[in-house]
Amino acid sequence: MAIRDDVLVVGGGLAGMTAALAAAREGASVRVVTDSESTLQQASGLVDVLGYPNPHDARDGDRDGDGGDAGDGSSAPPVANPFDAIDSLPEDHPYQLVGVDALRGGLAIFDDATGDLYRGGHTERNALVPTVGGTVKPTARYPASVAPGLASDDRTTLLVGFDGDTDVDAPNVAAHLRAVGVPFDVGGVTVEFPGDPDGTDQQTRLAHALDTDEDGVRRRLAERVKRSLKRADDVFGDASDTDEGAATGSAVAGFGDVERVGLPAVLGRDRPRQVRDALAEHLDAAVFELPPAPPSLPGVRLRYRLRDALRDAGVAVTTGNPVVDHDVEPGAGDGGDAGKNAAPRITTIYADRNGTRTPYEPEAVVLATGGLVGGGIDSERDAVYEPVFDCPVSHPEDRYDWSDADAFGSHAFARFGVRIDADGRVLDADGDPLYANLTAAGGVVGGYDAAAEKSASGVSLATGYVAGRTASADASSSHPTPTDVTADR
Amino acid sequence: MTDEPQPHDDQDVQGGDHACSGCGPTDAAGDTAKTDGGTAVDDAGGGAATDGGTAVDSGDGFEPIQVFPEAEDADLRPGSDDCYKCSTCDTTCPVAEVDEDFPGPKFQGPEQWRLKRSDDQDIDDSISKCSNCMRCDSACPSDVPLSQMHNTARAQYVDEQMDKTSLKYWRNRLLANYGTMARLGSTFPRLTNAVMGNSLVQQVNEKLLGITAEREFPEFATETFRSWYAKRGGEATSVENARRARQRRDEDVDADKRVAYFHGDYANHNTPEVAKALVHVFESFGYAVLVPEQRCSGTPMFANGMLEDARRAAKVNVGSFSELVEDGVDVVCSCTSCSMALRQEYPELFSIPGTAKVAANTYDAVEYLRINEDLDGELAAAETTTDDLGVDSFAYHAPCHARNQGLDGQTVELLSQLDDVDAEDVGDSCSGISGTYGWKTEHYETSMKIGDEMFEHMEDADATTGMTECPTCAMQMEHGTGYEIEHPLQVLEAALVDGATTEDEAA
Repeated sequence: MAIRDDVLVVGGGLAGMTAALAAAREGASVRVVTDSESTLQQASGLVDVLGYPNPHDARDGDRDGDGGDAGDGSSAPPVANPFDAIDSLPEDHPYQLVGVDALRGGLAIFDDATGDLYRGGHTERNALVPTVGGTVKPTARYPASVAPGLASDDRTTLLVGFDGDTDVDAPNVAAHLRAVGVPFDVGGVTVEFPGDPDGTDQQTRLAHALDTDEDGVRRRLAERVKRSLKRADDVFGDASDTDEGAATGSAVAGFGDVERVGLPAVLGRDRPRQVRDALAEHLDAAVFELPPAPPSLPGVRLRYRLRDALRDAGVAVTTGNPVVDHDVEPGAGDGGDAGKNAAPRITTIYADRNGTRTPYEPEAVVLATGGLVGGGIDSERDAVYEPVFDCPVSHPEDRYDWSDADAFGSHAFARFGVRIDADGRVLDADGDPLYANLTAAGGVVGGYDAAAEKSASGVSLATGYVAGRTASADASSSHPTPTDVTADR
Repeated sequence: MTDEPQPHDDQDVQGGDHACSGCGPTDAAGDTAKTDGGTAVDDAGGGAATDGGTAVDSGDGFEPIQVFPEAEDADLRPGSDDCYKCSTCDTTCPVAEVDEDFPGPKFQGPEQWRLKRSDDQDIDDSISKCSNCMRCDSACPSDVPLSQMHNTARAQYVDEQMDKTSLKYWRNRLLANYGTMARLGSTFPRLTNAVMGNSLVQQVNEKLLGITAEREFPEFATETFRSWYAKRGGEATSVENARRARQRRDEDVDADKRVAYFHGDYANHNTPEVAKALVHVFESFGYAVLVPEQRCSGTPMFANGMLEDARRAAKVNVGSFSELVEDGVDVVCSCTSCSMALRQEYPELFSIPGTAKVAANTYDAVEYLRINEDLDGELAAAETTTDDLGVDSFAYHAPCHARNQGLDGQTVELLSQLDDVDAEDVGDSCSGISGTYGWKTEHYETSMKIGDEMFEHMEDADATTGMTECPTCAMQMEHGTGYEIEHPLQVLEAALVDGATTEDEAA
């Protein structure tokens, strides 16, 4: 006896959860099995779709000569509407394979699941979000807590960091933003978080204190922020800050001129809305969070929200056991028909716990284990491989061709992954389905450079949507009516 | 550090019916060194790149250089090197969330490990604030063996820095060796219950020993599980009951269906009803339940840094259970911390012969039935009324140690098969008690603060009774909310077993 579901999703990141939700919507019974907790906890919480469609074009064009491609304007600006840009992508890019409707379908699932926690669904255009690194990131969806901080908004902005917290150096972030030319006055200050003079508290501890308003910490923090602006000229930069000589500091005389305040992303875990509202009231200014580096409370909040969505959709989740093995039965035919029915079928999947193996017998499987960083794709000295089902991963023979000499160049490894077709089915080396019931989604899929394109989340949503729907269809075709299920067993 | 021989036989890790044949890079058993002498090199078969890359054979004449000498004992270096300081573990630590003085699992693990490489560095006192919930393990995206590092650091702290004449040491020793107390308590259960329930005694415990007076001591049962089992006719009765059940179920009457039950101390002395439920349920599925000689799983000893005490207990347990495992009998546990110890902590901390084999054949009791029987189907077919159960809605809390084994969703999924019964998951917060942790006066407040979220969710839940697998989580749930707490096996018993109790009493 094994644990049986229609669809088994291996991997619990954004792609896996999207696939699970898409399959459950089609009526399948779904289980997600993950090796460890969702990596969304490390994610910034921003959901990018496509920021830079051809990130290496400008760079490649520069090969002939002057070497000056960084910061001199030769790199392409971010794309305003990612949907319009999809046509310009290479043919084997996942967006081209699964199509723009898949992206819309994936985003719709995301919007449904996240509800008021997220913004950006009102338009297909990218928003520009200032990050904790002082950069401005083109992104399609962003947490509501980030919304008041958008770079397209020209309100005067004060960024606040906490003493001892090395993750957010507010004066530095502000200087960076001024340097990239954001259309608003921005300054940065550092204050002591009330009750944490040396800045050693964990961010969850700060969030907990703000959630519960322990010792009136919300008001006390607001007071400190207000008092921090004594010499606004320094805080908001001076002429030496920028070549253009656009001294902006003089416009801000004191805290009264500040229209919005950006803080590290620790503004509550369970009641972020309440925390922001209270701070905004005390400060008499809009309040937002700076999307963080890992670990990330916006990522944790997103994980909680998606987990709730899975629960509401009746999806079972088993966390903590890696999938290590599987059984296969041969396909219907070897020659002639090269369709999916000719391909072998995965019958059983085994998850491991120190040698104890738990068998699962799903009708269809979605592989959503992540890319090189997440462990869904792995490498040895002379080979790149997909460890769970040993799906083919094409890569240059010579490992010295896996990467580019230029650190920010066009790396082959960034595109390593399994190949899929328009239905999300994993393909073998000849371009036929590898298994009759295996689809893949997210980072494990190859053919795109998520980091350079700023497309990681969108590809997860689009491929997750398709993979989940295909898996659900495969499952229902293998048992035509629900009543037959028990009889078959 | 080690006083054991170094038996670490490869066969034990790699072999056996249930051992992992896939051995991909995710195979934890191959990656991490045992602290007890099994060196990283022994384990290199698993393909861990950090071990020096012996698994790699690329035809280009590449020969990895062994940079570091072979470790003689605790070699956690690979684990420490795998940490890229993302701090995700810190955001899942329930203690760090409420205690401003606790520096978090990243510090307690890899950072402390590096610091103490130099001889003049002591282990930081804050290691005693770690509650050993082990949540950091599954949060880590880089498979750093955090809880293993915490366990070894804590043991070193207790060994080298804790005053062995201090009351705190003896308090911890007493709490860690709860089984010894329990054996005494069970000899005169009524007297002990009266004494321990006495508020004066509680005050003395608090003032003298630092055992909080806020909590009610768990009562000892008037009859231990083992004496019930013996009185009932021991193994012979269970074998016969199982045989009759197989007959009833139209199964092969002569099938070898046996399980070895690791009940631990708590089910034996305090909640024999849980242990009895397990016996009844397994017998009804045609399994004879064996109860070999055993001691405490060691969980409270790990958590108190009493690694030598734990090793002694583990030796007894591995010794008696590995014999049965050799014989093809699987091990089942009703407490998720016990199964955690047998499956993860023993292999990580000790190299007692047979440990890996026991680990690879140990299951949570309900998980075992789910894998080997059509538990879902039989529950769905069971005609249970709420009258049988006396309860129709449960507020379920998944213990951290169940979570770490991938068991957190299991109970709610299973109970949803029953028509009239609802089980609501009260969220993934930690209960906060963490075994003996919440019993210590200095940790009581932290423990209750951690529990707050669970208490709140339990109170919001539309339920009449609480439910969990872990006995100390159950104490905390009861303490924080007043709910009565049941074990899932008791519900399975009520749903699936006909008149088992009366049958026993007649026999």
